[in-house]
Amino acid sequence: MKNSKSLFWFFVPGFLLYLVFFLYPTVSALFYSFTDWDGLSENFQYVGFENYERAFTGDSIFKKVAVNNLQFMFTVVILQTIVALAFAMLLIRNTRTNVFFRALYFFPTILSSVSVAFIWAFIYDPTFGILNNFLEAAGLGALTQSWLGNADIAIYSLAITQVWFHAGQMLIIFVAGLQSIPEDLYEVARIEGASKWQTFRNVTWPLLAPSATIVVAYTTIQSFKAFDLVFAMTGGGPNNSTEIIATYIYEVAFRGYEFGYASAVSVLFMLIIGIITYLQFKALRSDRVSY
Amino acid sequence: MLRKFPVIIYALLIIVPLLIVVLTSMKTMQQTFQNPLGVPDDGLVFENYAAIFEEQNMAGYFANSVIVTIFSVTFTLLFSSMIAFGITMLNNWLGNLLFTVFILGMMVPAQVSMIPLYSLVLDLGLTNSLVGLILVNISVTLPIAVFILTGFMRTLPKELIEAAVIDGAGNWKVFSRVIIPLSLPSMSAAAIFLFVIHWNDLLYPLLLVTEDDYVTLPLALLQFQGQYSTNYPMLFTGVIIASLPMVIAYVFLQRFFVAGITAGAMKG
Repeated sequence: MKNSKSLFWFFVPGFLLYLVFFLYPTVSALFYSFTDWDGLSENFQYVGFENYERAFTGDSIFKKVAVNNLQFMFTVVILQTIVALAFAMLLIRNTRTNVFFRALYFFPTILSSVSVAFIWAFIYDPTFGILNNFLEAAGLGALTQSWLGNADIAIYSLAITQVWFHAGQMLIIFVAGLQSIPEDLYEVARIEGASKWQTFRNVTWPLLAPSATIVVAYTTIQSFKAFDLVFAMTGGGPNNSTEIIATYIYEVAFRGYEFGYASAVSVLFMLIIGIITYLQFKALRSDRVSY
Repeated sequence: MLRKFPVIIYALLIIVPLLIVVLTSMKTMQQTFQNPLGVPDDGLVFENYAAIFEEQNMAGYFANSVIVTIFSVTFTLLFSSMIAFGITMLNNWLGNLLFTVFILGMMVPAQVSMIPLYSLVLDLGLTNSLVGLILVNISVTLPIAVFILTGFMRTLPKELIEAAVIDGAGNWKVFSRVIIPLSLPSMSAAAIFLFVIHWNDLLYPLLLVTEDDYVTLPLALLQFQGQYSTNYPMLFTGVIIASLPMVIAYVFLQRFFVAGITAGAMKG
């Protein structure tokens, strides 16, 4: 095309910014991960794979953090997918009330994570909290807890908050997926006398695979990125029980001033996300093929 | 009727906490202590709203958020639509390569580039500046915007572009007179998606801002928390002020919000 030379200028402003503020820092992170840079001084040394070795063998907190991250991720993915799908099926038809409820469930998504963090800190508050007050009133006083203060359950309290925050968004994706399934397939199933469960298992679920892939993949990434929520609600405490990789990188870098080591952890973080995303797409794809 | 029951329970799980937020913002700390969830006997008060504007630089934070969001969304949209147009017009290996380079950016978690980014912005003297925040915001959301817009522009009929070129239009004219008007639906979806991201962003202000003059609303809320710890009436007053523009926009443009944020999720 004769015009293609002048296309160059269409790329310039965006690409320059992207290069300077994204590509360069990302590649630098890889570089710093092999150094002992503290983030402040001019001088630092190349230390080879020392930082990576430390992450795998010498850092018991990182191990804990990685486990927390997986607990958080699995809880959110399972709960959020079930909640979103169940309510999508209840609200599939575009009636006035259904559209209203979908919009209501979606609402938390537009709030800032700091706001959601405050709302749920109040819900979980041991003295004022809605949750404990509700349990008391329901005669379940024995279940009252310090929901964010108990190291055994705090990570799950955070996971529930994350589901409240984003399930509505996933619900919309499922509704779109469900609505694209042709009505006559259900008719055939009805004529053949399939039970509700059989219809779901053999018609709905396989045809929903593309939306399910999107929901599971997006939820996974989103739960890994739940930095703000954790940072504002617990700051990783108590006793590192809610520290996830994203907050840990921040802590190591900006509280501990170990930029080199934090960079190594961040590179590992990127690899983990890459692997999980890849596996997920593969698993869900092969599921669809085998059908 | 049975299926309505869970639907209503879920609705209450959303509505009740939000109502309590509004209610609590109109109570004193004393009233909250005595009766955390109910309406106090001696009536609601608005002193938290007065206090928050008196003590905090709330109007300033609000203005910072508005400025950062408007400029970030506008320039991300402008630059990403230019890039998407370029990729669509090239339609060859180079276009695909550039597309891939941008898309890779969507896979990298913010925490990876965060550390070098911080020292870079520091070296450039752009910490504690709204310009710095805006430039970083544009770079961070450019990939997803390029992805959404390229996907859309590729579906536009080639004949329209060819016709414009035959009529003697250059690239800029094709872009501004043909592509932009036709891309308005996907651009508005992208705009809402970006609006929500930038308005609510905490990480970059947290990294790049230390002076009170450049604090945006989410960071202000976080600082509040440190200051008022469990003074929920004050915290919730802040939450309401920070969320109000988004909530008002959502009430009126709800359909577009759902479409916009969902488009972001589907492509992301």
